[in-house]
Amino acid sequence: MNYFNQSLTSIHKQLSDKSVSAEDLTKQTLENIKNVDGDINAFLTLDEDGALKQAKEIDDKGIDSDNLLSGLPIAVKDNIVTKGLKTTAASKILENFTPIYDATVSEKIKKLGTITVGKTNMDEFAMGGSTENSAFKITHNPWDTTKVPGGSSGGSAAAVAAGEVLAALGSDTGGSIRQPASFTGVVGMKPTYGRVSRWGLIAFGSSLDQIGPITRNVADNATLLNAIAGHDDHDLTSSTKEVPDFTSSLNKGVKGLRIGIPSEFMAQGLDDDVKQTVLNTAETFKKLGATVDEVSLPHTKYGVAAYYIISSSEASSNLQRFDGIRYGRRAKDVKNLEDLYVKSRSEGFGDEVKRRIMLGTFSLSAGFYDAYFKKAAQVRTLMINDFNNVFKDFDLILAPTAPTPAYGIGEDVSDPMTMYMNDVLTLPVNLAGLPGMSVPAGFSKGLPVGVQLIGRPFDELTVYQAGNAFEQETDFGKQTPTMGGNN
Amino acid sequence: MTEKISEDQVRHVAQLAKLKINDDQLPYFTTQLDQIIGLFETLSEVDTDGIKPTSSVTDQVNVMREDVADNWNQRDGLLASAPDTQDGYIRVPTIIDESGENE
Repeated sequence: MNYFNQSLTSIHKQLSDKSVSAEDLTKQTLENIKNVDGDINAFLTLDEDGALKQAKEIDDKGIDSDNLLSGLPIAVKDNIVTKGLKTTAASKILENFTPIYDATVSEKIKKLGTITVGKTNMDEFAMGGSTENSAFKITHNPWDTTKVPGGSSGGSAAAVAAGEVLAALGSDTGGSIRQPASFTGVVGMKPTYGRVSRWGLIAFGSSLDQIGPITRNVADNATLLNAIAGHDDHDLTSSTKEVPDFTSSLNKGVKGLRIGIPSEFMAQGLDDDVKQTVLNTAETFKKLGATVDEVSLPHTKYGVAAYYIISSSEASSNLQRFDGIRYGRRAKDVKNLEDLYVKSRSEGFGDEVKRRIMLGTFSLSAGFYDAYFKKAAQVRTLMINDFNNVFKDFDLILAPTAPTPAYGIGEDVSDPMTMYMNDVLTLPVNLAGLPGMSVPAGFSKGLPVGVQLIGRPFDELTVYQAGNAFEQETDFGKQTPTMGGNN
Repeated sequence: MTEKISEDQVRHVAQLAKLKINDDQLPYFTTQLDQIIGLFETLSEVDTDGIKPTSSVTDQVNVMREDVADNWNQRDGLLASAPDTQDGYIRVPTIIDESGENE
C-alpha cells in the first residue's frame, strides 16, 4: 500500500478498529518501499526485522486509541541516532556506525508506538541542498525522477512525497526540512530553536540545528511535533517553556491575522512561477480574512555570507570528533597517531564536508576571526533585529521557500556558490531561531512549489493555524505524483 | 580579482583541520574557497559598530544539574563501536613515528 490518500486519522482508524494490524501495516509499508524505492532511493537502511518485531509488540499490547501515532510506520533521517540501527549521516566516516543509544526524539516517538521502518538519505552531515552530496546514493524527486528532491532531508521528504511513509523526521540547519518539502510537495516544519531536543542529532551547526516533522498535511505535522517537542536534560539549549498542544489552533482561521511579505525575499533571482505562487497565496489569505502587507528585512542579502561563516565554523568544531579512534572509519597503513587522524578524516569525508571544515577553520583562525566569525555573529544580531521589528506589527511572515522549483540532478552540485545562494530564503529563519514551515502552494511545469510561513519565536501555533487554513482552502497538498515523472 | 586565499594558506588551513588535500586537488579547492571567501567579504559593507555578536539564540543560561553519573554502564557497547580494541581498551598506533620515514 502507499500513503497517498491517507492521514494520521485515517490510518489510526484502521488500526483502532482492527481492520489492519500494526504488523500487517508495517509489512505492507515495507513491501511498497521495496517496490518503489528503486526509482526514488529515499532510504539508506531498512530495518525489516526490527520494525516487524516492534509492530508485533504493539499489536500484543493493543493500539492506544487516544494516540494517533500508535502503530504508525515512520522514517527517520540518517543523522538522528537510533539504538541498534545503523546511522551514517550519509558519510563514509560513519559507514558502519551502529549507535548504542537513541536520540531523545527517537526515544520519544518509539515510546508513543511509532515503528521506524528505516533511515533516510541526506547530504553528508546535512551539508547540501539536493541530497546529491550523500556518500552512498542520489535520491530522486518522486514528481520527476530526473530532478533533485532538495536537501539535506531529501530522503525523508521524498519518502513522504512518494507515499512510502506517512511521516518522517528531518533536520534543518539552513533550510534542510523546508526546501525539500517545497521541492516534493509536502509539509515540513522547522520548529523554534530549543523547541526540540538535539540530543542524538549528529551535530552540524549547533546554534542552528533543529529536528522537525515532514508530513502530507498540516494537522499530521502538528501531531508529530507534539510528540517530539519539550525540554530535555540532555540538551541544555532545549527550552523549558511550556509546550502547547500544536493541534489546538488548527481550526481558528486567519481572520484578522496580520501577514507580512518581505520585499527582499521577492527580489530578483526569484523564479516567476514561485513569485506568482506567493502572490496567489497572499490572495487566498486575504480572501480568508487576513491582511497582507509588504515588509522589509533589510539585511537579507548578507544572510548567505553570515550563515556560511557561522555554520561552517560550528561544523569545523563539531566534526573534530571524527578522528577514527573511538568509532567510525579508521584508515589503514598509518605511521603514527597524527597520520591516523589525517588519513581517516581525509578518506572518510566528502569534498563538500572538507570545504565547510576548511571554511570554518579559516573563519576562526588567528588573524581572521574578527573579520569573519565575529562580523558574521554581529550581522546575525542585525538580522534578528530585522525580524523583531517586523513582528512588532505582524503576526506571521509569508515568503517563498526556495528561489526555484526542483532543479535537475547534476545541475548545481559542482558549483558550491550556486548551491549556497539557493539557501538565501530559508537560512535567515535559522540564524534568528524562528519557527518556519513550508506548505504546498502551487505547481510550476508539473513540479510542486511551497511557500514558507514564519512565526515569532515559540509561536508554532500561529504557523500551524495559518497553514491549516490555507490547506483547507486549497488542494495543492492533496495532489500526488505519477511515480516516475510526466506530471 | 585579488586573491582571498592562496594555495599555501589552503594547505595550512587543511593541516589545522587535520585534513590532507592532495597536490592535484589543491587548485580546485583553492579556487572554490577563494570565491566563497570573496562572498564572505561582502559583510564588510555592513556597519556593525557597537553591535553585540549573537552566538546562540537560546533562552537558557547556565543550566545546572546535580553532578551524578547518568547512563554510564555501557563499556562493552562503546568498545564494540571502536575500530580496534584489546583487553577492554581502545588500541591506537604509536604516537611517535617509529617508521624512520621523515614527514
